[in-house]
Amino acid sequence: MSPDNLGTYAENTWCPGCGNFAIMNAIKASLQTLAQEGTPLENFVLVSGIGCHAKIVDYINMNSFYSIHGRTIPAAEGIKLAKPDLKVIVFSGDGDSYGEGVEHLIFAAKRNIDITVIIHNNRVYGLTTGQYTPTSPLGFKGRSTPQGTNELPINPLELMLATGATFLARGTSHGIELLKNIFKEAILHKGFSLVDVLQVCVTYYNMYEYYDKRVYELKEHNSGDYQEALNKIREWDYNSDAKIPLGVFYKKELPTFEDRFLKPAGPVISRETKIKEVLKEDI
Amino acid sequence: MDEISLLIGGKAGFGIDTSSLLIGRILNQLGFRIHIYRDYPSLIRGGHTFSIIRAAKEKIATHRNKVDFLLALNQDTVDFHKDTLKDNSIIIYDSDTVKSEGHIGVPVGKIIKEENASEIMRNSCIIGGFSKAAGIEWDVLEQAFRKNISREIEINLKVALRGFNEARKLLDIGKLEQEALPILTGNEAVSLGLINAGLKTYISYPMTPSSPILHYLASLSEKFSLKVIHPESEISVILMALGFAYAGEKVAVGTSGGGFCLMTEALSFSGMSELPIVIFLGQRPGPSTGLPTYSSQTELLFALHAGQGEFPRFIVAPGDPQEAYYWSGLALNIAWKYQIPAFILSDKNLSESVYSFDVNSIEEIKEEKPALWDRAGNYKRYLDTESGISALAFVPDKDAVIKVNSYEHDEFGITTEEPLLTKKMQDKRLRKEKYLKRELENYNTVKTYGNNDSAVTLLCWGSNKGVCVEAAKNLNLKVVQPLVLNPFPAEQLRKSLEGAKKIIDVESNATAQLAILMSRYGLKTDAKILKYDGRPFSLEELEEEIKKVVS
Repeated sequence: MSPDNLGTYAENTWCPGCGNFAIMNAIKASLQTLAQEGTPLENFVLVSGIGCHAKIVDYINMNSFYSIHGRTIPAAEGIKLAKPDLKVIVFSGDGDSYGEGVEHLIFAAKRNIDITVIIHNNRVYGLTTGQYTPTSPLGFKGRSTPQGTNELPINPLELMLATGATFLARGTSHGIELLKNIFKEAILHKGFSLVDVLQVCVTYYNMYEYYDKRVYELKEHNSGDYQEALNKIREWDYNSDAKIPLGVFYKKELPTFEDRFLKPAGPVISRETKIKEVLKEDI
Repeated sequence: MDEISLLIGGKAGFGIDTSSLLIGRILNQLGFRIHIYRDYPSLIRGGHTFSIIRAAKEKIATHRNKVDFLLALNQDTVDFHKDTLKDNSIIIYDSDTVKSEGHIGVPVGKIIKEENASEIMRNSCIIGGFSKAAGIEWDVLEQAFRKNISREIEINLKVALRGFNEARKLLDIGKLEQEALPILTGNEAVSLGLINAGLKTYISYPMTPSSPILHYLASLSEKFSLKVIHPESEISVILMALGFAYAGEKVAVGTSGGGFCLMTEALSFSGMSELPIVIFLGQRPGPSTGLPTYSSQTELLFALHAGQGEFPRFIVAPGDPQEAYYWSGLALNIAWKYQIPAFILSDKNLSESVYSFDVNSIEEIKEEKPALWDRAGNYKRYLDTESGISALAFVPDKDAVIKVNSYEHDEFGITTEEPLLTKKMQDKRLRKEKYLKRELENYNTVKTYGNNDSAVTLLCWGSNKGVCVEAAKNLNLKVVQPLVLNPFPAEQLRKSLEGAKKIIDVESNATAQLAILMSRYGLKTDAKILKYDGRPFSLEELEEEIKKVVS
């Protein structure tokens, strides 16, 4: 594990031009910065689900937990609660966390547990070759919906704000400098942080041009204000044509789950003695 | 007296369960060994609920159908349980609400009203009446009340004393000259066994009959510095647990059939990623929601086969709290030594029945340390070794990159689809089972009881041990009980069954799952006694069935 070279020998199998490269390069840069600033690399655990996004853990030479589809977040919570000093970063797809495992996302936000979730939101299933996801627009023609979808997308940031996330941001895979800054800020945030990255899938849903025309960076935005955050989050609903704001929408310091849950260890008395005490009560 | 049985019944939600435990504790003070069978419907209020409390000189682990006392707080208890009465059974009933002939009527309603006591204290009143009738001294009763009731003790005692004075002494239960033992449930024994072997975290989503473990460990969490977590679903439960295991913290989860269905994908992940986990599986009748608060032994083959792909697992089915304590601890050690999922297979009968528990009769079991990385060279999480067991390192370790993976992976933990490597890693994982099987030869994975020379042998597993051992004692038969069900102890079982002329398989399911499993190893049974109405065998019931098969 060396900050200078975070790569592995695994062959990279993302398509040329895939938005995942930008996410990987940005997170590597953020991790290198954090390492230089004093958080040793071994203190990070990277968790991923199943999907194109998830290969990222094979490509970064750091501690990792390559989980199953939709089930990144509870594993990350377990790691965090076992070793609260660790920095746990989840990489997950839109199918992976807005679809199959959405209940975990909601509960992690509700708990405000101190983990960071980065969603590779390409709005299409890539690895299973092109089906619609929870954030695909209405009428999206995928392989399972050749006539177009009949349902509206969810706005994941709105959902997360409503359920208690304390750090919410959006970036794109065409803006690596912004991503670096957001990732670092999200990781340093104490509490549940989610970064929705509009990651372009060049093969099944190439949105580079579409996004490039519409995105803008938030300026003079008060991220400590819930209502202002909500307004900005609602500016684009992942469906209609609108300007797409990027940056940190919401940021608030609140007590975390582990602050309340984890108790200092009690006096050191042998388990055996304590079991005997318990049994005596049962006579 | 050497033995006494009593049934207490009433509406669900009116404290029958608490009362039965209190009666158990009173009889426990007199030196009796205790067993309590609890029968309750899956609802919070209304419906009929009852407990059968049995006290005997010898250790017991089953109930009788026929009782010496019937404690009736409502008419249903008298009407529903007529069959449990013997010629000399004594009915103690609330004469204000229950019509019954002869016996002892206590005007419970009137007393409650006069003492301005709450409805729940009707129990205290009837227990007072029972104690007098059974010849239990007031002091014993008062002491048990004071130890076990924390709220409104004085008024409870007042009501109990009035019940006591309303009754008359009909027999003298006496006192046995032996030390009182703790009385607890199978679930509590599992919990303490896990703690004893070093459990640090327990994660569970409520589901009968596993929820009492969640409640019990939560109540002990401060005392033992345990982390006890109730997350959003069983899927979250097991994934969270695997996160704990990755970070090196000993963890168990608990559930029942339906919840376990949700866990199976992650069970398979545990097999692939070699993350150790203990799964407590409390069986109840299915399919589907089935009978939530009743008992069955229907998940043996499910636990054995659950999860996609092929990977080793350990399954133990303890038969009583002593075995539950010992083998739960061992299951935790085994999970970590072999980095596999380990199942503790219980059922509602073992989980929620109350037994006398003798910790001193249990062989000592200590927390074992898993194989740890020797810090030489580059760390490889899945290093291929002779035993298949790769040494562990835990985050954070400045010298190790620790990668676990649900995909097939190389020794370092990076995804692979190479055919040679795929086969090599599959072999590595499966090899662990061979070594586990070898280690288990040093343990009593199959136990025998009763008359070793008997031509007739009862075969049982799990909670049926108690009833089989006692029936065999009365009928002079032999009992064979496989405790470990995977890796299957075929050789030990074959030896234990040697010489048996007639093997009667006793199971609480409809398809004889143990017999199916045994047939894979060429082991046959000659007759089957199967019960699948959700209720465990009573002693009389099983003896009758055995007689039918033997004659």
